Amino acid sequence: MARALFALLAGLVFGTGIAVAGMANPAKVLNFFDVAGTWDPSLAFVLGGAVIVTAIGYRLVLRRPKPLLDTTFHLPTNRRLDAPLIAGAAVFGIGWGITGFCPGGSIPALGLGQTSAVVFVVSMVTGIALARLARHVLATGGASRTA
Amino acid sequence: MTEFTPLASLFGGALIGLAAVLLMAVHGRIAGMTGIVSGLMTPQGTDWGWRAAFLAGAIAAPAAIVAVLGPAAVPFESVVPLPWLAVGGILVGIGVTFASGCTSGHGVCGLARLSPRSIAAVLTFMATTGITVFIIRHVFGGF
Repeated sequence: MARALFALLAGLVFGTGIAVAGMANPAKVLNFFDVAGTWDPSLAFVLGGAVIVTAIGYRLVLRRPKPLLDTTFHLPTNRRLDAPLIAGAAVFGIGWGITGFCPGGSIPALGLGQTSAVVFVVSMVTGIALARLARHVLATGGASRTA
Repeated sequence: MTEFTPLASLFGGALIGLAAVLLMAVHGRIAGMTGIVSGLMTPQGTDWGWRAAFLAGAIAAPAAIVAVLGPAAVPFESVVPLPWLAVGGILVGIGVTFASGCTSGHGVCGLARLSPRSIAAVLTFMATTGITVFIIRHVFGGF
């Protein structure tokens, strides 16, 4: 129960940050990338503020032996710069450039009751499911060939 | 045209960082929207509670701001046609799954940890997003 309440609080702070920063507004996000046109540099301030606070906070928090309500810190251990990382990031960027929505911006935008946010999120979830299916088929396909 | 909002964006960004620190301090989790949403799509997962609660908070906050201060408090503008939103949404979903993260997971949490994978991912998606926007707006003259 306490875990859910703290997660709800973190979600509320996150959603407020996204809304105040302008990240729930696809037009503002696209204008950040339109240096040759209607450039709006605001997104650099969003990322700067977020990274600085997180970097300082993580250094204080990760000094502790474990988180408050869990037994261990769940930190990514993969260090390899592999093809799925780069290709995936490249494809994500194309989708972000078409729509102006990233996952972190689109979920709070659902709270604004906008049809475009709903269409984006449903499509994004479909894309996640398709990619997981493809990864599963690739993995098991390889296994059955060797069996 | 959108208004340049350095102070609001810096403050909003700091709040996003605060949420990331809170989720790490209490749950020991990276505040990456890709991982949080994706984890909810795994039926055998046992930790759906905090994920669902985080998403509920993230959706409720802008709704509450608009309810109290009016729609002008959270500007929203999207001129992208719905079929393109669907195509772009599927590409985002596929991309972030293979990249294991997006703007929040790699961009905020990963850069804060100076993760080489996240630095590579952010440089890559920033480049392809910029190229895509340039092509759509200045080559095809579209949205």
